Amino acid sequence: MADITIPKNLAVSDSGFLFLTSTGETFTLNEIGHFIFKQFQQNDSFETVKNKIAQEYEVDLNSLEKDLDDFIAQLKAYNLIETK
Amino acid sequence: MNIAVTGLNATDNPGPGVPVIRSLKEVKEISGNIIGLVYDPLEPGIYLENLADKCYQIPYPSSGLENLFNRISLINEIEKIDLIIPTLDSELYGFVKLQDKLRGIGIKTFLPTFEQLNIRGKDKLFDFCKENGIKVPKNILVASAQELYKIPDQFGYPVVIKGIFYEAYIANNFDEAHSAFNKLSYKWGFPIIVQEFVKGDEFNVVALGDGKGKTIGAVAMRKLYITDKGKGWSGVTIDEPNILSVSHKVIEKTKWRSGMELEFIKDSITNEYYLLEINPRFPAWVYLAPSAGQNLPYALVKLANEESVPQFDSYEIGKIFVRCSWDLITDIKIFERITVKGEN
Repeated sequence: MADITIPKNLAVSDSGFLFLTSTGETFTLNEIGHFIFKQFQQNDSFETVKNKIAQEYEVDLNSLEKDLDDFIAQLKAYNLIETK
Repeated sequence: MNIAVTGLNATDNPGPGVPVIRSLKEVKEISGNIIGLVYDPLEPGIYLENLADKCYQIPYPSSGLENLFNRISLINEIEKIDLIIPTLDSELYGFVKLQDKLRGIGIKTFLPTFEQLNIRGKDKLFDFCKENGIKVPKNILVASAQELYKIPDQFGYPVVIKGIFYEAYIANNFDEAHSAFNKLSYKWGFPIIVQEFVKGDEFNVVALGDGKGKTIGAVAMRKLYITDKGKGWSGVTIDEPNILSVSHKVIEKTKWRSGMELEFIKDSITNEYYLLEINPRFPAWVYLAPSAGQNLPYALVKLANEESVPQFDSYEIGKIFVRCSWDLITDIKIFERITVKGEN
């Protein structure tokens, strides 16, 4: 998985509220979404994020990897992350 | 300095007078009276406390400019008006024609020229944009229902059928186009504009040009909630250099002299911005501009006074306006005064 970065035109609040400053679009992350997003903000790699979630939540690794892939694809579709 | 402002019709199709006055009231340097000029005794701005210091009813420009000028002269004898800010599209041509006479009785204005007004007209905008490399939806002008048959030759349905001054309908087929054509031509006259429909989100910019090609300020906004009349009922300031640069270009090319609103749509497929309209005055959401750091109405006052006005270089992103429907309760005496005496 490529490196994930947060675009410059995205304002992220502590509550998990996202505001795309160039389009005015807003999004709300749920608890786990916010947890994942915070790891990306710290420049964690996909593998690191996956491992942190596995430590934090009871989940099998196959499902986790698939769900994380889906979530990343969704974030990318909404221009909320960039991948290099 | 006494400043008169029109367009106090803060209704569900709001005029910009109330937010323009609100913007000016926040400026300590303006110490004179704010005078509301209204066309209807029920314009809500008359009844808002701490808004206009005095309100006067004036005749519609369509009833004759001589009538309008005589009424303003009479008001001027009482109020000693220094500046008039007309805020409605439909009265602008009249005020541009009257500006020399108004200057003759000591009243300044800061208005676009006839040429500038015409360039941005709904029937001329397409050519202007094409000449200047600005993306604009295709359109055709029609003066008879027969010409609606041309639509499928130019572009497919749906299309937007627009009145020359106001209103627009989306038509999905010939019957709907014909019905919209009849409504709009009866109300606003000819030509009717048939415009390619671009699906996407709406974005707006409020800007002020100094008349020499310089943009004094510009604030971009995305509509968050749109009423069934197509009016933005809430919006948020955004940082979108693409639409701001188009706004700067329009002001530079036209040497725009006044406030303006530019309406854009972002194509949901290509993500490209199309310029839909240029309105030749501040919009009804102009109060968002001073709230975000650019008091454009006050900058217009300074330009009218021939003061040097520095360009604004930024504004606060993420500032939201939410319009509110609020019943003002008042005594019938106010309604009586404005109806019988034409002033309050």
